[in-house]
Amino acid sequence: MLDLNPRDWSSQPAYIDSGYRSTALRGPTRPLIPLKPALAALDGPVFGHEMIGALDGDLTRNGQRNGAPLGERIIVTGRLLDEDKRPVPGALIEIWQANAAGRYIHKVDQHPAPLDPNFFGGGRCLTDSEGRYRFLTIKPGAYPWGNHPNAWRPNHIHFSVFGRQFATRLVTQMYFPGDPLLTFDPIYNSSPENVRTRMVSSFSLDVTEEGFALGFVFDIVLRGTHSSVWEKA
Amino acid sequence: MSTRGKLGQTPSQTVGPYFAYGLTPQQYGYDFASIVTPCMAGPEVEGTHIHIAGCVFDGAAKPVNDAMIELWQADATGRYPGTDGVNNRFTGFGRCGTNADGGFFFDTIKPGIARPDDAPFINVTVMMRGLLLHAFTRIYFSDEVKANAHDPVLALVPAGRRSTLIADHHAAGKYRFDIHMQGPQETVFFDL
Repeated sequence: MLDLNPRDWSSQPAYIDSGYRSTALRGPTRPLIPLKPALAALDGPVFGHEMIGALDGDLTRNGQRNGAPLGERIIVTGRLLDEDKRPVPGALIEIWQANAAGRYIHKVDQHPAPLDPNFFGGGRCLTDSEGRYRFLTIKPGAYPWGNHPNAWRPNHIHFSVFGRQFATRLVTQMYFPGDPLLTFDPIYNSSPENVRTRMVSSFSLDVTEEGFALGFVFDIVLRGTHSSVWEKA
Repeated sequence: MSTRGKLGQTPSQTVGPYFAYGLTPQQYGYDFASIVTPCMAGPEVEGTHIHIAGCVFDGAAKPVNDAMIELWQADATGRYPGTDGVNNRFTGFGRCGTNADGGFFFDTIKPGIARPDDAPFINVTVMMRGLLLHAFTRIYFSDEVKANAHDPVLALVPAGRRSTLIADHHAAGKYRFDIHMQGPQETVFFDL
């Protein structure tokens, strides 16, 4: 019998973060109630290839109206793994992001940067038998937000991930190496200092396609499993 | 447990304010197919069809208009979709973003029980701008008083807070389930 490893709380942000203002009224304040592995164990939803459209993983094409989107084409790829480096195949990964000018297509985004009629910004795919995923997209721009004076979000892509179990659900953000805004971003910095860089992709010349698109690698690590400890009834 | 040689878990981040067009596009009228919606069970799915509606509130008791709720539940026989032999017309998985008034709804079926001691329940994941790590909770049902009394998870919850997990059966086939992130009615959240 295998039990899911606990969430590594030393790798996770606190619910209330003094730098990120919106957490003050939205993060739970009472301690979470822990469930023993036997009560928490539950396989999660399963997604099939029939749910994924042919262009869902290609954000440079899935929003085209009258031409190609503006911006730097990039390939974002990596592996979905558990803590013991075992691949997680067949997992749904969904992404959403701003366009090259730092503007989301979302109706609420009021940043006065141009929308791109040929860029939607949402995509999804399933990991393959080795846990690999791959998106072709446009490098997202930085944009201002209202958290504090002169606040700017670093370039990032939002990731939503399902693992095998219900409890391995993960929503995170992928950042880009060398971004000077990372130092000032309260959302990035809400994660403990020694683990933040796990959210920063690496540039890869191997993934880069000559004459076409720059390559970035972002591996995602979910909780693993361990042999269950015998418990007396 | 030794962590030597293990990879570190990827940290969670907030879903942010702009998930709607990527994760719940049809609901908000974006030109992108949703792979999951709040309508979890069509008329062909066996079981008692129910409608669950509620609101998400922040610590100032204001509705949260940019939250996303996911449900994951067993079918009417207590088996989770994806298990061998389970009728795949019911996916068991639903997703709904909140509206301008903080409201969400799901059309589904009442779940059966997987284990004899359990009361029927639905697994819930809560995400929103300002929530750095999603929160797990459960929906139980107010018309299951007897079963709720012996449920092993409800038993872990202090008696005074159990009502935050119980959807109110206020009309035939209709339940109300509000989520309070903070305050005197703060919903019970679990560490799974």
